[in-house]
Amino acid sequence: MQDLADAVRMALSLAMSGDAGFIEIVLLSLRVSLSATAIACLIGLPLGALIAIGRFAGRGPLIVIVNALMGLPPVVVGLVVYLNFSRAGPLGWLGLLYTPTAMIVAQTILVAPIVIALSRQVLEDLHAEYDEQFRSLNVPRGTAVWALIGDGRHALMTVALAGFGRAVAEVGAVIIVGGNIDHLTRVMTTAIALETSKGDLALALALGMVLLAVALAVNALVMGLRASARRSAYV
Amino acid sequence: MPHAAETVTLRRPGARPMLPLDIAGLTLAVDSRRLVDDLTLRLKGSGLTVIMGPNGAGKSLLLRLIHGLIRPTAGAISWGGVPMSAGLRVRQAMVFQRPVLLRRSVAANIDFVLGLRGAIGARAAAERRDRLLDRVGLLGHARQSARLLSGGEQQRLALARALAVEPEVLFLDEATASLDPASTQMIEEIVLAERGRGTKVIFVTHDIGQARRLADDVVFLHRGRLVEHRPARQFFDDPSSPPARAYLDGRIVL
Ligand SMILES: Nc1ncnc2c1ncn2[C@@H]1O[C@H](COP(=O)(O)OP(=O)(O)OP(=O)(O)O)[C@@H](O)[C@H]1O
Ligand SMILES: [Mg+2]
Repeated sequence: MQDLADAVRMALSLAMSGDAGFIEIVLLSLRVSLSATAIACLIGLPLGALIAIGRFAGRGPLIVIVNALMGLPPVVVGLVVYLNFSRAGPLGWLGLLYTPTAMIVAQTILVAPIVIALSRQVLEDLHAEYDEQFRSLNVPRGTAVWALIGDGRHALMTVALAGFGRAVAEVGAVIIVGGNIDHLTRVMTTAIALETSKGDLALALALGMVLLAVALAVNALVMGLRASARRSAYV
Repeated sequence: MPHAAETVTLRRPGARPMLPLDIAGLTLAVDSRRLVDDLTLRLKGSGLTVIMGPNGAGKSLLLRLIHGLIRPTAGAISWGGVPMSAGLRVRQAMVFQRPVLLRRSVAANIDFVLGLRGAIGARAAAERRDRLLDRVGLLGHARQSARLLSGGEQQRLALARALAVEPEVLFLDEATASLDPASTQMIEEIVLAERGRGTKVIFVTHDIGQARRLADDVVFLHRGRLVEHRPARQFFDDPSSPPARAYLDGRIVL
C-alpha cells in the first residue's frame, strides 16, 4: 500500500515536471493515434456513407463483417502488419518496421472498421430522414454522401472519438510493429507495460494518468461541441 | 384562365412540354391492400389542380407516384407523352406534407438546392436565395437554424426551397395545413403567381374554402380510387358522387 501511495506521489510530480523523455512519449502517442484516427476517418466516413445509402447485393453480409471487424484483436492486426513489413514480407522493402509509420498503419487498420460501422449507423438514420427529399431534388449520390457527412458531423465526432479512444489505449499492435524502442517508437501504453514489468510503478502510473486525462479531455471537448450543436437543433 | 398546354412557359427552352399528364390504370398494392386502385386520369393544361379526399384516401401516395418517388405496382405515368423518369423529376418540385429540412441554417437550405442546379455564380445565387426567402417572409431568419423554425415557418421554407428549383410542375401536399391566416394567404398568392407563370400546380388540401379559391379543376379520391375529376365550379356546385357530397357537407365519408 505504501508503495502505491509513493508511486502516486512520484507519478504526480513526474507528470507535472515536464520531463523531456516523458513528454516525448506522450507526444508520440498522440501523434500516432491522432494520425491513425484521421486516416481512418478519411477512408471510413465515405465508405460508411456509401454503405448507409447504398442498395447493393451483399450489403447485409458486408455490414455484419464490418461490425465484426470492430472487435479485431490488436495483437492479430500487429502480427499481420508485422508480417507485411518484415524484411521478408511483401512490403519489407519499405523499411517501415519499428517506425511510427508502421504503428500508424496498424492503428488505422484497427480504427477504420469502427469508423465505417459506427458512421454507417449514424448516417443511415440521417439518410432515412433525407432520402425522399433528396430523391425529389435529384441530388446526385456524391453530393448526398457529402451532405450526409456534413450534416451528421456532430454525431460523427463521437464516432471519431470512439476510434481515437481505441487507438490510444491499445498496446498489442504498436508493441509488435513498433517494438517499444526508446526515443523512437515508445508510446504511453507500451511504456506502461514495460515500466510495470520492470517495477517502475511511478512512471507507469504517471503515464496512465496522462492517458486518462487525454481521454477525459477529448470527451469533454466533444460533449461541449455536441451541446452547442444541439442548441441549434443540428443533432 | 390559362388552361391550354400552349400557355406553359418554357423555362427550359427546347424541352418538351411536361403536359399533359397521363395516368393509366395506376395501382399501388401493399400486402394485397390496394392503396391506389386502378386510377386513370388526364390533366391537360397548366393551371391548378386540387386533389381532395378524406384522410387515407391516397392523396399523398398519388403525389409520390406521379412525382416518381415510388414505383407503382401496375399502370403507367407519362408527362407530355414521355414516361416518368429522373430526368423529368428535375423539372418538378414537391413540398411534402411533413417538410424535411436540412440540419443547417435557413439560408443554407436554399443554397443547397441552388448549388445542385449548376453554376450561376456566388453573388447571383445569394441574391436569388434572398429573393426567395423574402418572398416567403423568412429573410429575417436567414441565419437561424432551419430546425428551430416554427411549423408554419418550416413549411414556408420548404416552399421557397421548392421554388428554387424553378419547377414546371409544383406539388404541394397540405402546404398550408399548419399556417396562420396571413401565412396561408401569402402561400396562396405565391402559388397563384406560379400558376400565372404557367407552372402546373397540383395541390392537396382539406380546406374547402381554399380549394374553392384556388382550384381550376378538382380530383376527388376515395379509398385509392378516383371518384371525380371535374372543373372546380361544377365540383363545388354539384358534386356528383355520394362520397364527394358527404365530404363537402362535412359528413364522415364511408
Ligand atoms: N408505405 C406504406 N405502406 C403501407 N401503407 C401505406 C404506406 N403509405 C401509406 N399507406 C397507407 O395508404 C393509405 C393512403 O395514405 P396517404 O398518405 O396517401 O393518405 P392521404 O390521402 O394523404 O391522407 P391524409 O389526408 O391523412 O394526408 C393510408 O391508409 C396509409 O395507411
Ligand atoms: Mg397526405
